[in-house]
Amino acid sequence: MTATDIPLADPTETTAVPTTALAPTDTTSEARRLSQLQALESESIHIFREVVAEFERPVLLFSGGKDSVVMLHLATKAFAPSPVPFPVLHVDTGHNFPEVLAYRDATAERLRLRLEVASVQDYIDDGRLRERADGTRNPLQTQPLLDAITGHKFDAVFGGGRRDEEKARAKERVYSLRDEFGQWDPRNQRPELWNLYNGRHRPGEHVRVFPLSNWTELDIWEYIAAEGIALPELYYAHEREVFDRDGMLLAVSPVSLPRTDAEAASVRTETVRYRTVGDMSCTGAVASDAYDVAAVIAEVATTRITERGATRADDRLSEAAMEDRKKEGYF
Amino acid sequence: MGTPTRSVSTPATSDRGTSTLLRLATAGSVDDGKSTLVGRLLFDSKSVLADQLDAVERVSRDRGLESADLALLTDGLRAEREQGITIDVAYRYFATAKRSFILADCPGHVQYTRNTVTGASTADVVVLLIDARKGLLEQTRRHLAVASLLRVPHVVVAVNKIDLVDWSQARYDELAAEIRTVAASLGVADVHTVPVSALLGDNVVDRGEHTPWYDGPTLLDLLEVLPTGDDPEVEAFRLPVQVVLRPQGAPAPGHDHDLFRDYRGYAGQVASGVVKVGDEVVVLPSGRRTTVVGIDTADTLADGDDPFAGLPEAFAPQSVTLRLADDVDIARGDLIAAASDVPETTQDVEGTVAWLSGSPLRPGARVLLKHTTRTVQAVVKDVAGRLNLDTAELDPADQLELNDIGHVTLRLAQPVAAEEYLVSRRTGAFLLIDGQDGGTLAAGMVGDALAAARCPAQRPVQYVI
Repeated sequence: MTATDIPLADPTETTAVPTTALAPTDTTSEARRLSQLQALESESIHIFREVVAEFERPVLLFSGGKDSVVMLHLATKAFAPSPVPFPVLHVDTGHNFPEVLAYRDATAERLRLRLEVASVQDYIDDGRLRERADGTRNPLQTQPLLDAITGHKFDAVFGGGRRDEEKARAKERVYSLRDEFGQWDPRNQRPELWNLYNGRHRPGEHVRVFPLSNWTELDIWEYIAAEGIALPELYYAHEREVFDRDGMLLAVSPVSLPRTDAEAASVRTETVRYRTVGDMSCTGAVASDAYDVAAVIAEVATTRITERGATRADDRLSEAAMEDRKKEGYF
Repeated sequence: MGTPTRSVSTPATSDRGTSTLLRLATAGSVDDGKSTLVGRLLFDSKSVLADQLDAVERVSRDRGLESADLALLTDGLRAEREQGITIDVAYRYFATAKRSFILADCPGHVQYTRNTVTGASTADVVVLLIDARKGLLEQTRRHLAVASLLRVPHVVVAVNKIDLVDWSQARYDELAAEIRTVAASLGVADVHTVPVSALLGDNVVDRGEHTPWYDGPTLLDLLEVLPTGDDPEVEAFRLPVQVVLRPQGAPAPGHDHDLFRDYRGYAGQVASGVVKVGDEVVVLPSGRRTTVVGIDTADTLADGDDPFAGLPEAFAPQSVTLRLADDVDIARGDLIAAASDVPETTQDVEGTVAWLSGSPLRPGARVLLKHTTRTVQAVVKDVAGRLNLDTAELDPADQLELNDIGHVTLRLAQPVAAEEYLVSRRTGAFLLIDGQDGGTLAAGMVGDALAAARCPAQRPVQYVI
């Protein structure tokens, strides 16, 4: 079975599911407390509305990964009944899962959003970027991303980063100022006070905005369940041809083939799912029989490994791999 | 690394729909063991996952340490690990069966006011560390003063390194009494003390064996029961307008074009209080009165039977969209307020500011003031003094330097509905912003926020448990 055989979730399903799961139902005075998810949703909606009011050209980074899907869902809720008032941008490494790209396109179509795609493959084809020896293209995304931001004059860029993901991200502000080179200066960040976000910036600078800053992986999944949000099917257990590399399960695909005899010998079909979705060449699957959202929540609640630790080869490069990529303008 | 003696269950997913969120900030001086305490809290509450622990153990071994240095769990930046210090506020997330926590871990040594003010501005609880050997330092007083100034509902003082004073009850009692006296003199609303050893874990999550004389709650026990933030029941309704939603015949997919042709809603987050359909409200600064006819969210608007059924009421901090009876001219930056309790608007603001910029504040400075969703030009008319955090008195000063807290008078180009910070943390707070480079210059609190420190009796105490 190849990746393209995986059935794609129908993104139109989201419209059919009642989305009142988070609406307060009891209005007695004892009930005037928001639950964890309600509080996080309200905070994120507040952030979206602030950015749209104060910036001229926002854009939302949308990959079809679960965090960007939740982020876009929150954007639709922040502006209803008006449409989402900004386009979405995807940096396509050329190594993305085909079913995730199909989900991306269907979602943009369903919400009638303008989808901008910055293609790493284009940069490699015309020589502006060179393929790395290890074959991973995640670090190559930074330049096409920054060029797209400059080219479209985007001044606010919504990203789905969460502070619980990684220790450099734990230091990130909700509004993160980037200089004209897209650089992050972790030692010189603006203090972020109350819920008064300061989005002032000079020409050429832009602000990365992280509406999911305070969400955890478990919050994301519980919200997906509560709101009935459809995801690309590879987030749920399915059979896939995989092999072992560096303690991870990689999919057998044209961009991730076994390189050694040991890797080739390990090729087998397993029941797996993905906890994160990035490049096929460096995103590992986890053995899992979580076929639906409830089973995934149970799995996430009891896991002993962080999602990046389990599935991202790019973060294993060094102790500060994420910090170094972020300083250069990565997501 | 000790094995926890009390197990903290993994957050039961069925409880989380109703579990609440508590925001806490840590504060302490250098070497009080703050990162170790936070690491202990995360580790003993089973919020540290295996690969994170492996990494900490590996680095600890590389450095020749005998046991895992839990501070490495929180010091995330390369420079922090290299220098063994914490540079910037780091946010941590952990949960127990009862509650989820957002922890702002604020470094103690560099720019302590800047970082502590940042962490305290959103905190329900400040956890302040002191070293049992050193007792209350100048910085402890300052942190207590900042917590009082920013009206943080609760302060928990962890008397750390109690193992290094031989688990002495006498020493703890002496420090606890001193903390209560100082906290009261500074007007701290609600203060608790706990004797802990962050290194060994006693009284952080688990009780431990070394302090049989202490029968109070552990640190985590306290954090699980302290009431959160402000109470919508007792505050007046306020909603700063963020954006006006007007689809004008081109609504989002899924919404009927004709039904939403004339839709006009005022979107914002309820800053305080409760609003019900039918309530009379005033729009500021215009002063126009009107009535709330609908309270919408994306969920109610998606109701196929009646998209305008709406919610019967909304309360802080919900994000909603209000429909009003009259087509009054309302834009971003306006404040919708309960007609029964209308704040005054003014172009002259007196306030307390924590100065966060490297260049000093002097009278005559032109700045931007951001209050709720409104940003206006402002001129600094007067710097009336600098807070002496040791005496809680204003010392004469004609300028404010980095990390100073002082009293200023501002003249604004347009009026704002600024309320006393003592009355509302949301509508009493403001930022001062550099109009040229956009940097955040100061955290501001309307009114004499220092009054509480000088006259603690005047302070409303609503958070005692």
